[in-house]
Amino acid sequence: MITETTFLSRDLITIDSLSKDDIIQILDVAAELKSNPQPNLLQGQILASCFFEPSTRTRLSFEAAMHRLGGSVIGFSEGDITSTKKGESLKDSMKMMEYYSDIIVIRHPLAGSAQCAADTVSIPVVNAGDGSNEHPTQTLLDLFTIRECYGSLDELSIAMVGDLKHGRTVHSLARACQHFNIRLFFVSPASLEMPKYVCDELREKGVKYSFHHTLEEVLPRVDILYMTRIQEERFPSRESYEQVKDAIALTPELLKQGKDQLKVLHPLPRLSEIPCSIDSTPHAHYFQQAENGLYVRQALLVLLLRRELC
Amino acid sequence: MLTKETLVVAAIKHGTVIDHIPAGKAMRITHILGLYCHQKQISIGINLPSNILGRKDLIKVEDRELSAEEVNQIAIVAPDATISIVRDFEITKKFKIVLPDVIESIVQCTNQQCITNHESIETVFFVEQQRKMPRLRCKYCNQLTDLPDIQKFRVFS
Repeated sequence: MITETTFLSRDLITIDSLSKDDIIQILDVAAELKSNPQPNLLQGQILASCFFEPSTRTRLSFEAAMHRLGGSVIGFSEGDITSTKKGESLKDSMKMMEYYSDIIVIRHPLAGSAQCAADTVSIPVVNAGDGSNEHPTQTLLDLFTIRECYGSLDELSIAMVGDLKHGRTVHSLARACQHFNIRLFFVSPASLEMPKYVCDELREKGVKYSFHHTLEEVLPRVDILYMTRIQEERFPSRESYEQVKDAIALTPELLKQGKDQLKVLHPLPRLSEIPCSIDSTPHAHYFQQAENGLYVRQALLVLLLRRELC
Repeated sequence: MLTKETLVVAAIKHGTVIDHIPAGKAMRITHILGLYCHQKQISIGINLPSNILGRKDLIKVEDRELSAEEVNQIAIVAPDATISIVRDFEITKKFKIVLPDVIESIVQCTNQQCITNHESIETVFFVEQQRKMPRLRCKYCNQLTDLPDIQKFRVFS
């Protein structure tokens, strides 16, 4: 079991705050916990689960992670039931959570909210998604899953597909790719392309990428097909969403154009972009990806709350 | 009658002169530096003729010597301004504005979905100067903004 950690009491707000070594250590600890569960590592510790926005996988996996390490959970799953509805500021809410818990996991609809929480409290804060900004723990479990599939993260080709404009998961994952010499292919409707500011950063870090509008252009070339949902909740109107919602969809026939080892990932929830007919193919790996969220989040909780890991 | 030797804005005995301000920016700089709280005389010239800029603004602050750290905050508005420290009517120190690494409080984030536009939080921007045009990165939402795209400044009461 890994014994040294440099994560104690840090926050995890952006994927950029993690070095390559940090990422590798998190993935290694996650792998260790997956194969050797440790049910008492965080006994007596309390996680504050502060979800101001809807979530299934992220919230439940954090809560399960804490319980399976021997800790406890307090918190809420939507902002409307909290004092936020009475006008309480985020800073005041987080201050209260600091008194009741040892670590805060926060999801909030506004960008920068996790950083605000981290500035306000002295206990570790983990960003579980702040508006359309970042979702670093999703990136870590994505990297963990990809490494599990191929044994390594180096020299792979990844296609990111769907709503690349609003998708915080792809923003964070693209940034993380700078550490591993990964070639990126961005497949999206023209109106939902990867934002310029993300592309500028990738270019500055030497990450190679290209833009595409169809899956056929990239399928024979990639090792990972990372599909994402067109996010209706980020569109200004139903009409604008309807124009693009089915623009890019995977089919079993299309998959035949991909490599034999190609894996299909998705942060979930999925809609029409991955039909159920894909689930039974050897390429489907999105449910295993969701399961890995448990182990990666366990690893984070352990690293942030403990000085030693054995 | 005005001659070319006549100062439009009178000289000060002790204090700070902020010169070569782009025309029309003096009042914004007054707010940024909090000069409206100053108890002594402040003289402001707007749209003055300038050999270098064509037209310029000018601020003279009596009995206050602004530090480089203080005035560098105006770099996003007046990047070519010069600062002169005056004692007994003589300029004892002169320096140029330098864009700082961090700009706090004075700029409003252009991202309407940034937490700083919804809660009472002082903005913090990191200045990135890798390119020809400096950019500001919001500490909170991570959005990058080119300096010419900054539209709103925070107004302090």
